[in-house]
Amino acid sequence: MPGLHCAACILAVETGLARLPDVAQVRVNLSTRRVAVQWRGAVAPELLAALAGLGYPGHLFESEEEGKDPERDRLIRALAVAGFCAMNIMLLSVSVWSGAEAGTRQAFHWISAALALPCLIYSGRIFFASAWAVLRRGRTNMDVPISIGICLAFGLSLYDTIHDGPHAYFDAATSLIFFLLIGRTLDHLMHEKARAAVRGLMRLAPRGATVLDADGSRNYLPLGEVVPGMRTALTAGERVPVDGIVEEGASELDCAIATGESAPRSVSPGMPVQAGTLNLSGPLTIRATAKAESSFLAEMVRLMEAAEGGRARYRRIADRAAALYSPVVHATALIAFLGWMMATGDWHRAITIAIAVLIITCPCALGLAVPIVQVVASRRLFEAGIMVKDGSAIERIAEIDTVAFDKTGTLTYGQPQLVDPTSLQANDLAIAAAIARRSSHPLSRAIAAAAPDAGLAPSEVREHPGLGIEAALEGHLYRLGRAEWALAEAGGQPENGTVLSRDGALVACFAFAETLRPQARAAVDALRGGGLAIVLLSGDRPEAVQPIAGRLGIDEVSAGLLPAGKVERLAALATEGRKVLMVGDGLNDAPALAMAHASMAPASAADIGRNAADFVFLHDGLDAVPVAVAVARVAGRLVRQNFALAILYNALALPVAIAGYVTPLIAALAMSLSSILVVANALRLDAGRALVPVNASSQPAGRLLVQEPGE
Amino acid sequence: MSSLVFLVPLALLLGGAGLAAFLWSLRNGQYDDLNGAAERILIDDERDSQ
Repeated sequence: MPGLHCAACILAVETGLARLPDVAQVRVNLSTRRVAVQWRGAVAPELLAALAGLGYPGHLFESEEEGKDPERDRLIRALAVAGFCAMNIMLLSVSVWSGAEAGTRQAFHWISAALALPCLIYSGRIFFASAWAVLRRGRTNMDVPISIGICLAFGLSLYDTIHDGPHAYFDAATSLIFFLLIGRTLDHLMHEKARAAVRGLMRLAPRGATVLDADGSRNYLPLGEVVPGMRTALTAGERVPVDGIVEEGASELDCAIATGESAPRSVSPGMPVQAGTLNLSGPLTIRATAKAESSFLAEMVRLMEAAEGGRARYRRIADRAAALYSPVVHATALIAFLGWMMATGDWHRAITIAIAVLIITCPCALGLAVPIVQVVASRRLFEAGIMVKDGSAIERIAEIDTVAFDKTGTLTYGQPQLVDPTSLQANDLAIAAAIARRSSHPLSRAIAAAAPDAGLAPSEVREHPGLGIEAALEGHLYRLGRAEWALAEAGGQPENGTVLSRDGALVACFAFAETLRPQARAAVDALRGGGLAIVLLSGDRPEAVQPIAGRLGIDEVSAGLLPAGKVERLAALATEGRKVLMVGDGLNDAPALAMAHASMAPASAADIGRNAADFVFLHDGLDAVPVAVAVARVAGRLVRQNFALAILYNALALPVAIAGYVTPLIAALAMSLSSILVVANALRLDAGRALVPVNASSQPAGRLLVQEPGE
Repeated sequence: MSSLVFLVPLALLLGGAGLAAFLWSLRNGQYDDLNGAAERILIDDERDSQ
């Protein structure tokens, strides 16, 4: 529930839901903005509707996704152990540094060694495992110099302790592990939280289908067992499970989420239907023509997998930095060792200095520089109702120079709205709305939404699939629907579109248009103002796309695109060297979302699209797009500043280390200082709120709650 | 020196107790909703808001 933010909200939601029948327990989690509800009985209470009534619209999460994350628990335990060991060793080190007598120093070194060993084995293993994994593949990353530095420092310190030496680096080795684990844990926490959230959003694809056997019996089969030739029954409100041909019945299909077409499509026997489309008005019998794995939905998934290659090639800033950084560090340490070896011939001294170089250059600050900024940025985005899937998404969206929008469901709501209801007679509209309330057809819902409930009670309501609704009211027969059907008995003038007729005579005509999402125009203008090119890629007919493009002032328009066509357009843009942010919601956008340099989807999107997107925005307003871009750009700037700080620090400290002046005390101080500096710089993202215009009063996501019938 | 013989182990023991307490509270779910815990103190204790 993106709208939760205070104690009053908690109280309102918990007491409000607890009043529902059968609800046993309600618990709000304010940090994750979720509510967990336990209820008695097999059927869930009307939770979403109740929440909307309370003014806190919500989305549905799947409970099994909420399970424990073993990786996170492991990291936090490792962090706790490393913190305990590092702090205690540091305490002992302070007395050694301030000149403890030899006997005490020796005892303290032994205690430190005993504390460092479990830290190295339990907490350090995370780095060793990662370093070993890349080394085996013949590559190197940041964990390799870390692991070498830690192990060498521990080994030499142990040797010195045994031989009664004055210096030991146990404190440096353990606090290195501690600091780096902080960065590692933050990175993981952010990753896992948003990913679970996106994955858990309500699923769209049907999991099974009602199959009609030859003897007329009905079986509910899992989707994988439906084979071509089987006949499946589909009631109004269900999604088409597999591609097929209509055998019996007439209805209308909502294709908005599958193809981007905004107008419902009428189907009758003999016509093909695509998996994933929503059956609106009448029951259908469909003969399957494809298996689930070769249906439209599965085809989309395949296209997505093919398209994902480009993004997988993206390398994170930290990895790119490590690729440059670790060879330099290794080479410097080696040169320092060889230089001192030749100059003095004292191998112990040479190794000590080489270790000091490794420790001082060890990328403590670099390990924190990126994750801390991205965690702060993702929290900012979370507050604005935007979920981020991982840190690399924030890096990628900061690089974009073009934004490609889908039309249906993204720029618009994908559902029609009545044009100019005030031009109609209020009485006529009230009658039409009273009849329309009995139907779940998108046009009916638009009419019903345009007028308040006037308390009229039409009787003998009958829905004629593909034609309209018929009802009796005050002794007259009203028909609401297609003009040629509603006015057929008058046999008169050919009208087009949707009309209301009384006893066959025309009463009112209705025109519909798509509604833009709130702040669509402002968002497009803001993006253009930020120097980004705007492109519109739609699967809808050009006649439907052009007016929307005109209203938003978008010049680059491609209409009537198939899913593969969208991918081709993006590939063409990519070969021009443009980095594209794709914003889309439909099934047909999923491959394009996977293909684009970065991608964003509304929470109302089809689930595979949502999974393909890097960002998911929960609020209705399209202003989420410029907000995400702005936050990511600020984050990118802070990351670069942090790198500059870390490199500056190394440039200052390295000569001191090579010259042999770095004692354990200096190493510990330098390491902590640089980390604190980097963290403080990252927190400026949070402090500088004025930098990014986050619209806190963004529209509540009320519309998202309009549940599709049957789901 | 002689005081260190029991003071250092004592300090480590206390620190270890703190570590154990942290790991216990972690497993106990006390860090699951930090913001919520801060706000809930403002809610009057009523039976139905449990």
